[in-house]
Amino acid sequence: MGDKIIKKGQLPNVLKALKKTFEVFVPVREDGFYRLKPLKDGEKVDLRFTNTRLSPKSFVLPQSERMFEFTLDEKSKDAHIVKEAPKGYPPKVVFGIRPCDAKALRLVHVNFDNPEFRDPWWIKRLESVTLLGLGCNEPCSTCFCTSVNCGPFNKEGLDVLLYDLGECLLARTLTEKGEKLLQVGGVDKDADSGLKKKADELKTRAEKKIGSHVPTDKLGKKNVNDLFDAPFWDDVAFACINCGACTFLCPTCWCFDIQDEVTKRQGDRIRNWDSCMFPLFTLHASGHNPRAQKVQRVRQRFMHKLKYYVDKYKNGVACVGCGRCVNHCPVNIDIREVFRLMNDSEDSKQQ
Amino acid sequence: MGHSDKISEIAKKILEEKTVDVVIGFRKGTLPMMREPVLIKDAERTDQLYWDSFCFINLASYLPKREEKIGIIAKGCDSRNIAVHIVENQIKREQLYIIGVPCEGMVDRGKIISLLDGKEVREITESDGDLTVRGDGFEHTLKKGDYLQDNCIRCMHRNPVIYDALAGDLVEERKDPDPYDDVKALEAMGSEERWEFFSNLIKGCTRCYACRNACPLCYCPACFVDESDPQWVGKSIDPTDTMTFHILRAYHCAGRCTDCGACEQACPVDIKVRFFTRKLNKDVLDLYDCEAGLSTEERPPLDTYRPDDYDEFIR
Repeated sequence: MGDKIIKKGQLPNVLKALKKTFEVFVPVREDGFYRLKPLKDGEKVDLRFTNTRLSPKSFVLPQSERMFEFTLDEKSKDAHIVKEAPKGYPPKVVFGIRPCDAKALRLVHVNFDNPEFRDPWWIKRLESVTLLGLGCNEPCSTCFCTSVNCGPFNKEGLDVLLYDLGECLLARTLTEKGEKLLQVGGVDKDADSGLKKKADELKTRAEKKIGSHVPTDKLGKKNVNDLFDAPFWDDVAFACINCGACTFLCPTCWCFDIQDEVTKRQGDRIRNWDSCMFPLFTLHASGHNPRAQKVQRVRQRFMHKLKYYVDKYKNGVACVGCGRCVNHCPVNIDIREVFRLMNDSEDSKQQ
Repeated sequence: MGHSDKISEIAKKILEEKTVDVVIGFRKGTLPMMREPVLIKDAERTDQLYWDSFCFINLASYLPKREEKIGIIAKGCDSRNIAVHIVENQIKREQLYIIGVPCEGMVDRGKIISLLDGKEVREITESDGDLTVRGDGFEHTLKKGDYLQDNCIRCMHRNPVIYDALAGDLVEERKDPDPYDDVKALEAMGSEERWEFFSNLIKGCTRCYACRNACPLCYCPACFVDESDPQWVGKSIDPTDTMTFHILRAYHCAGRCTDCGACEQACPVDIKVRFFTRKLNKDVLDLYDCEAGLSTEERPPLDTYRPDDYDEFIR
């Protein structure tokens, strides 16, 4: 495994070669913002994007996924038997995924693949996707990745990390999957030490450009009940309209709801993204709702990311500092402020 | 004195004199083009209150179910939604002290972002109808009027319709815009073309419900899309279910929508959801000669029964 070089002019040929083996997704600007879309024949890849509006989590956790199917037709011998819905896992390449979004998949992975639970679809999808990441030469002012164990050239979760050196891309191979990908793409020219040095400088320069910083050092040590009862939640939550924009754009929000949908006598069991912002999220069959108030739901979102996850997995915070929620919350609830409030809150005197 | 200072001054006074228990307004946000709705209880904290052309959220959304006496900042459309809430018994007029802000339109941050083509706004200031946008290595002066929200371009009710104090001089209402030029283009389409138009419009919808939740009209304790027994609409991103959500939501707003544009501004994937409500607003105007929220006396046309109705089928 090493560093290879792709001349910018060769990139279309590399992607064309990849398309023979993989479904290739690239950032495409459409209706004013970027999405990851299948690469069309002859399409020129646009490397000017900052990040895609939606996170790429749907490659591994689709917004709506048919898990099982069943029939309610009593005449069928399979009536009421729930069977796994047919699924395919075609090999895919996500070109241009940002390092923060790749790291996010690793953070979520511990929820779907751990000694207690193994989600077969998450695991198979993650295996089928090769992540060809692109480092961020020009991070946004709302990015705070370097504060949360991530960074504009963070490698975690990626198979290959690309450094945009202007004339060419330096491809740093990180996994065997990545190595195979570069072989398929016909990328075989080794990078010389000068270019390697340039790539490392690019990383240092980008890290220095990160303008937002949040404190996280005390979150793990805080008493969970102190944070739960902290006085600032009412003020944080007031503006919230309880929409799911933050959770649906977030690369680390993984919660889902399972629904049965029946048309005539044929049914599907579907897993849909859900949001802790929605009152229905915690509504019990009894009618009781433990999080009936908006402030409880807002607190849950931040406590989950910045405290419960931290305590449970000892894996840092469940946030990669991508800034999507900061930029797209319609009422300007800013997680960077909540980091400060939670991390710097006063400890209870009783302890 | 600018609007922000005047708002702070009035808010301080009504809190000190205990005319109200709380004031709902905006504070300066953490991003150059974002403002955060805020609830102020303490007169000493009224200096947080802020007003400019990025206060696009409709504060009337924060009123239903509140029981205390409330001071609330209201531009033209917010005041009309407050009137709708009063008519629909969501809040009592006596509970409110309305600080009206005559409005010359809110700026669509999306339009500014598109203009800059990937470059980031680090600072934006406004004066005398001009916006000065600054970023890394650039500075542009823009005419505010060229970057207004689509609803503000067509707004015919810029002054608050009900208020207890004003934070600025009343502005002249415009007579010139055709408020429904966009809807006329929709009406001119054939039904198949129109269906395609709306299907395309919502193809990126994530069902996050930001449009619904930013809307002051959507105060139902349980929305039809959230009901699970019976389940009216599927919860996946199946195009039929997504379309059902948008169409039904729009119909629930018929005759009640003030075209404040909060739905559109809240959408995280830039869907022009107002196309759904605008046609219905025009129908209500054409059929009943009614625009929502202009009076606290008149009930919305679609929940009005009159024994002397001119249509026979309902008498």
